[in-house]
Amino acid sequence: MTDIKAEIDVLPGLDSSARLLEVEDLRVEFRTQVGVAKAINGVNLHLDPGETLAILGESGCGKSVTAQAIMGILDSPPGFITGGSIRYRGVDLLTLPEEQRRRVRANHIAMIFQDALSALNPVFSVGFQLGELFRVHRGMSRQDAKRRAIELLDMVKIPAARQRVNDYPHQFSGGMRQRVMIAMALALDPKVLIADEPTTALDVTVQAQIMSLLAELQRERNMGLILITHDMGVVADVADRISVMYAGRVVEEAPVLDIYARPAHPYTKALLESIPRLDLKGQQLNVIKGLPPNLTRIPAGCAFHPRCGYAQSVCRADPPPQLFDVAAGRTARCHFWTEVAGDEPAVK
Amino acid sequence: MSNVESVTQAEAPAADPAAAGAGGSEKPRSLAGDAWNDLKRNWIFWAASVLVVLVVMMAAFPGLFTSADPEYCSLSRQHAGPSGGAIFGYNFQGCDVYARTIYGARNSVLIGLFATIISGAIGLIIGMAAGYFGGWVDALLARGIDIVLGIPTLLAAIVLARRLSDSEDSGFWPVVITLGVLTWTTGARIMRSSVISAKSQDYVAAARMLGAGHARLMFRHILPNAAAPFVVVLTLLLGANIATEATLTFLGVGLRGNAISWGIDISTAAPYVREAAAPLVWPSVFLAATVLAFIMLGDAIRDAFDPRLR
Amino acid sequence: MLDSQRTWEMFRYFVRRVLQGVLTFFGATFIVYALMFANQTDPLQTLAGERPLPENVRQALTERYHLDDPFIVQYGHYMRGLLTGDFGISLTNRSIKEMMEQAWPVTVRLALLAIVIAVLISVTSGIISGIRRGGPFDTVTLIITLILLALPIVVLAPLAQLFFGVQLKWFPATAGADPGVYQLLLPAAVLATLVMATEIRVTRASVAENLRSDYVRTARAKGLSKRRVIGVHVLRNSLIPVITLIGLDLGNLMAGAIVTEGVFNIPGVGFNLFRGIRTEDGPLVVGFVSILVIVFIVVNLVVDLLYAVLDPRIRYE
Repeated sequence: MTDIKAEIDVLPGLDSSARLLEVEDLRVEFRTQVGVAKAINGVNLHLDPGETLAILGESGCGKSVTAQAIMGILDSPPGFITGGSIRYRGVDLLTLPEEQRRRVRANHIAMIFQDALSALNPVFSVGFQLGELFRVHRGMSRQDAKRRAIELLDMVKIPAARQRVNDYPHQFSGGMRQRVMIAMALALDPKVLIADEPTTALDVTVQAQIMSLLAELQRERNMGLILITHDMGVVADVADRISVMYAGRVVEEAPVLDIYARPAHPYTKALLESIPRLDLKGQQLNVIKGLPPNLTRIPAGCAFHPRCGYAQSVCRADPPPQLFDVAAGRTARCHFWTEVAGDEPAVK
Repeated sequence: MSNVESVTQAEAPAADPAAAGAGGSEKPRSLAGDAWNDLKRNWIFWAASVLVVLVVMMAAFPGLFTSADPEYCSLSRQHAGPSGGAIFGYNFQGCDVYARTIYGARNSVLIGLFATIISGAIGLIIGMAAGYFGGWVDALLARGIDIVLGIPTLLAAIVLARRLSDSEDSGFWPVVITLGVLTWTTGARIMRSSVISAKSQDYVAAARMLGAGHARLMFRHILPNAAAPFVVVLTLLLGANIATEATLTFLGVGLRGNAISWGIDISTAAPYVREAAAPLVWPSVFLAATVLAFIMLGDAIRDAFDPRLR
Repeated sequence: MLDSQRTWEMFRYFVRRVLQGVLTFFGATFIVYALMFANQTDPLQTLAGERPLPENVRQALTERYHLDDPFIVQYGHYMRGLLTGDFGISLTNRSIKEMMEQAWPVTVRLALLAIVIAVLISVTSGIISGIRRGGPFDTVTLIITLILLALPIVVLAPLAQLFFGVQLKWFPATAGADPGVYQLLLPAAVLATLVMATEIRVTRASVAENLRSDYVRTARAKGLSKRRVIGVHVLRNSLIPVITLIGLDLGNLMAGAIVTEGVFNIPGVGFNLFRGIRTEDGPLVVGFVSILVIVFIVVNLVVDLLYAVLDPRIRYE
């Protein structure tokens, strides 16, 4: 599948020694009639080839908005990127002209969405929607494009690909549809794949199949994967690193095993403690009190302080806590991270 | 499997950031309250309301607007220009165009109103029965709606109005009945789908389990929720009925003889348009403004109740 | 899904729709027939209107409409006439079929011209409005649609004739015996306004809704240009409701044609019907209305089937 890669127009300034993806101090706001919602307030992320980064957080914490900003498909208006940079192999995507930005999508960075039924166009066959990528980006004929579409369906293990290529999205089952989405995202052999809650809409058994297919394809292609999810179970299985987001900021970043063993932010800790566990059967489950903040009125200081058991007056005062280095490759945005991490480990 | 979402104590008030801005933590708002707030700020709604009030006043108290007698005509002033109270001049028969136009409002408004009441009643009963009882009743009524929809309204109206009218009278009631009987389908369909969606709501199921009877369920629980789209349809229909009445009258199967009506005036003025334009233009303008008023009103209400299109 | 299965689904849908169409056909013609003849003391006098009816004409008509038979038998005869192309004779003693044969080419030309004008204008402006909702173009378009909706054809046709034909003289005020495209342009535009407002609004609403859908986000994530996202993905989805609308609009167009052809003197179907109504020629009205009802039902059936081709989801109701 890499033979046609050469045809891609090379991005000017592409530096193969630079980091695969690096997001720095990204800021996004939504300007609505009732006020400005600050969805992303200085997010830093990085990703290497073959690596899986999980972005974890509640609805509205800004994880999907981050993904859309990286893809360049933020709805604008109301969404505006107000600061920061997104660098792909050294090229700042935010300063690229629209035409080049467009070619980055699908060719270099691709995305899988949560609900494949609504994410696929209902009135075109999956063959058309897959082949379209080759026709638009590679200038292939309809016939060649269809041949490639069949290969892709084979790749994601859809049985009888030759017949099914003419079917419409509603004729597939949920799991098969998500496979079509994966095929579509990987069609042009991107180096970065963003999967936004790829299994949330699926049955548990199908979820496992889709995740193992994704992991397999990622390994084959040495692709960087950003997995956006609120499902801690999925994360533990496949992720290398975790970034926990709260109110538009990354509050903790750590290798996956470290974070389960010794969370260094009260929010992460609370998330872990709220997972039902067999060894704690019969005990009261800890839940996080309160609600995520209204993004038009994010609390001063640490955004989590109204819900935090460790909070003291320093947490209520601006500026919000900076990143503290917990260990090599590990950061937490909490004044009291030593106390949090020093407590009884959440998972033994 | 465990979800972050499920472990926070309550759902976030608004899931995505854009909505979070809109939602806020203010007191809960009702759909009707929201709609009214929306309407208050909509200039189309106010413009339409003013027009409707004006037309209704004209229909009810034409004497307030003119002191002339619309039925007094004199060939000596055929197509004469404006003079005195007759600000629009005189028509082919030498009647005061302004007075006739003012007095013409009554027939249009009354026919539109009565026809819409009949149409609304038929649509309400058939739509509610189909939606509420479902099963074979629904299948049968839905087919019936399809069949009536399969008949082009004006064509059927031409036949029916001809059939009903007796050359002696003014043709008022035949037109009302014709329009009422032929235009109920949209209302019925809206009512049917509203009732079906209301029926599946939890609170209706709860009321049923508490032993509420058919009538109580229908009028206390289902109808209020189906009312908004139905009212919108009827408002729009009122405008359409006034337009259709004028068309039927223009064709000669609506109002007739000595009745004073915009349709008749347009129809009699059209052949003489080269000699005098005013007798054609003014009733046309009044007719269009009246239809416009009801359409704008219906539109504004619908937009207020359908937040998706905001 | 196998090809044979797919074909079978499609076939089942077609059969179901055709059967529904046949049911609607019989139901609708029965109602129209009943409206005309049921429970009358003297149906012939109604047919003839106020003119005196000589005994020989009365006898011919009684025979013609089988008025001595029970109602349902009358309807049977009427249907047989319709299906075999025998539509009867007008009170002026002309074959309705022949009148129809002379009239329909003109009306088809007029209606097609009107549909083309309506679709071109409404799809273009509906798309622009839907994309730039709330912008100046959208606001102006919405106000224009309001005005168009409020202008009944009885107002618009004579006024258009007055302004563009009589005063500005851009177009001929009347069309004449064998009108060409230029002569038909003004009446076709008048006719088009009848359906244009609704078509603009439906296109606009459907474009706006589709633009917000998830598959548009996917299409953008695929690196497609804005032109392709809108021109291929959004357009195809947005046109589905517009096309169904054109079928229903045909009823409005036929009704509008009666007034428009009457006002502009176009010798088409509507003009004959217009004259038939004014001269109280019952058999002519009955014959012409019956034919138009049939055309309306058949076209709507065709549109329904076309709908299934455009929207693959519909085959699996």
